[in-house]
Amino acid sequence: RGSSDGKPPKFQPPPKPVIIDRKTQKEERRFLSPEFIPPRGRTDPLKYYIERKDMIQRRKVFNIPEFYVGSVLAVTTADPCASAKSNRFVGICIQRGGKGLGATFVLRNVIEDQGVEICYELYSPRIQAIEVLKLEKRLDENLTYLRDALPEYSTFDVNMKPVPRMDHEEIPVNKLQVRMKPKPWSKRWERPKYNIKGIKFELPEHKMKAAQKWSQPWLEFDMLREYDTSKIEEKIRKELSEQLEK
Amino acid sequence: SITGACGAIQKLTRVRVVDNSTLGNTPYHRPPKCIHVYNKTGVGKVGDKILLAIKGEKKKALIVGHKMPGPTMTPRFDSNNVVLIEDNGNPIGTRIKTPIPHTLRRREGEFSKVLAIARNFV
Repeated sequence: RGSSDGKPPKFQPPPKPVIIDRKTQKEERRFLSPEFIPPRGRTDPLKYYIERKDMIQRRKVFNIPEFYVGSVLAVTTADPCASAKSNRFVGICIQRGGKGLGATFVLRNVIEDQGVEICYELYSPRIQAIEVLKLEKRLDENLTYLRDALPEYSTFDVNMKPVPRMDHEEIPVNKLQVRMKPKPWSKRWERPKYNIKGIKFELPEHKMKAAQKWSQPWLEFDMLREYDTSKIEEKIRKELSEQLEK
Repeated sequence: SITGACGAIQKLTRVRVVDNSTLGNTPYHRPPKCIHVYNKTGVGKVGDKILLAIKGEKKKALIVGHKMPGPTMTPRFDSNNVVLIEDNGNPIGTRIKTPIPHTLRRREGEFSKVLAIARNFV
């Protein structure tokens, strides 16, 4: 407005904010399928190296997507004794077992009030397609307690559409607490040995306290049971990225 | 159920009849039990014939699913399922709603009539 003689200095705009894009920095997180990590033991690492080469060969031909225990998958297998020669099964992954080429995963679904579980081998040539309909994690690594839970928690629509997902999002953890059928169960899930967080126990207090009698709090501090996989994982990740680029 | 056994079907296992026959679906104070397995070993797997004691009568039946985990890629059911059958292999019921494993299709010759009344295959 007026002349700026003797007035405070010219208005300096504030410095522009520096945007640090954490997402590009987070690309370091890559998923390593658990069957690549060799188990603790005295076998020659050559055996695991050869198995990994075969696994990589199979992955080059057939895409095995990333999935966790608790995600809903649809698997089509080749079956000579099925009409149209192929078979599609939709279910929630309850557990992933086995290492190397014998890695398996169990899918569970309830069809017509009958609970069905199928154990598939990841690297079997009979599998024609694996589709992840819903990618999510649950509070536990092992959802075998779904067998003793109310059947509504294991029912999934066979014609379910895949849930869309952005690539850079974190994998959602479903903090669902499952309600159980009345006891007896196939295993005593309230005991601390199973360490289950995903059940809403409606048992009386004295039963929960009595179950804590079997707790072994020294187990987590046992140094002979430690198996640090970080260095092994780094090596395997490098190997994988080199081989898959070829 | 009282025992949560995870074995295949043998003598004295309680089974669940899955078809819509009257003999299988009318309630009785005792569950249907297996009394003999037509097998070299006394253990019945999917596709084996067994003798059932239902409502005070003896009836043959075909195993269509059990709780015991089998070979990989085959389904494992949450209950021991059985379909009532005559001596010549004709099923007594007219419809089977529960899913049946595809492995039974391999033996089309013996079980063609049972497979014809089945609705869902797993």
